[in-house]
Amino acid sequence: MATGEEEGVTVNEMVLRIDGRDVRAPAGATILEAAKLNGILIPTLCHLDGLCEAGVCRVCLVEVKGEVVPACVRPAAAGMEVETKTERVKELRRTVVELLFAERNHICAVCVSNGHCELQDLANEVEMHSVRVPYVYPRLPLDATHPRFLIDHNRCVLCGRCVRVCAEVEGAHTWGTGERGVRARMITDLAVDWGKAESCTGCGKCVQVCPTGAIVLKGKAAAEMEKDPGLVAELVERRGLA
Amino acid sequence: MPKVKLATVWFSGCSGCHMSLLDLDEALVDLAGRIELWNSPLTDLKDFPEAGVDVTLVEGAVANEQQREHAHRVREKSRIVIALGDCAVTGNVPGMRNGIPTDRLVERLYGKARTSNGAIPCGEVPALLARVSPLHEEIRVDLYLHGCPPPAALIGKAILALLEGLSPVLVGQDLKFG
Repeated sequence: MATGEEEGVTVNEMVLRIDGRDVRAPAGATILEAAKLNGILIPTLCHLDGLCEAGVCRVCLVEVKGEVVPACVRPAAAGMEVETKTERVKELRRTVVELLFAERNHICAVCVSNGHCELQDLANEVEMHSVRVPYVYPRLPLDATHPRFLIDHNRCVLCGRCVRVCAEVEGAHTWGTGERGVRARMITDLAVDWGKAESCTGCGKCVQVCPTGAIVLKGKAAAEMEKDPGLVAELVERRGLA
Repeated sequence: MPKVKLATVWFSGCSGCHMSLLDLDEALVDLAGRIELWNSPLTDLKDFPEAGVDVTLVEGAVANEQQREHAHRVREKSRIVIALGDCAVTGNVPGMRNGIPTDRLVERLYGKARTSNGAIPCGEVPALLARVSPLHEEIRVDLYLHGCPPPAALIGKAILALLEGLSPVLVGQDLKFG
């Protein structure tokens, strides 16, 4: 068992146990990072390489000695025992994804992101067969006032990647979250139409990082919207923002 | 070996799932020797045999009173109920009307502004439910086949597994919506 004081481990490293395996990770790593470095994949949604962690979607839940924690924000520690594949966490992740589907109107068949959607892929990954909670079917607007982009709130999962990329990489701070709880909605500037948001530079990074068909380029038909969220990690590295 | 009794039902959907079933092509010839097709839009038989069937495939969401009533009959008369395609599984496109009051909806589609006589259909057609539901919100469902429509190969995989007396194992891309 890992005690955190294994031979050959430098002061900048730690040893912890993930899924019964002793693994090495750099000091300061989160559970998600430690797992990834050792080839153990944990499903994620709000996480995006290059952006700060938000810990809002709860898809990356893991167990640490029976306690359920989000792997993306919980720091790994020497000697920690993590389980990423128990029936309990698998069931919790599945329920989290079902809640995401039930909360808005995700209609893959007619969505511009059909076939290129992180939420759609996630549903397969967590083996979602049906949504066992009642669908909410909210009536939500679509803001197409920007000349090149639009946001369809029906497809938003409130991951906040748009907010983070806009603040951390573009430095524009156009995106924010308005309201709270089930009424929460992504807003531009002080909840004005996107087309009237003076701080928006029109860079389009929010389009590229949005995991679903919520923030998209105008003029795309069903299944035509392909994105490149990997672009952010590249920009962050090149600009020395990390 | 006795043939497996199969029924199919078409609720609020576009019939694309039934088309996908027919897309099994030559596999249908093999299936034809092993199943008995009962009530289905494909046979035009309207109701279940008295003794019920082994498997019923249900296409479409539950959107009106007649469909709701029939959904419960499906459950009562079928050993295994399969939600066939995204409308039955999630509500899909038919569910997009949810949240719009049905009288406003019907007025908009059939009212004076849209049609020559402005007569609202009633009586001979079943009344719309206030809310369209996926099948499992009405009755217990045993298996979900995703897709709009589900690929023919997926329908084939599920039916063939059931004919062998096995539970179909659906993973990865088998579970893709849309």
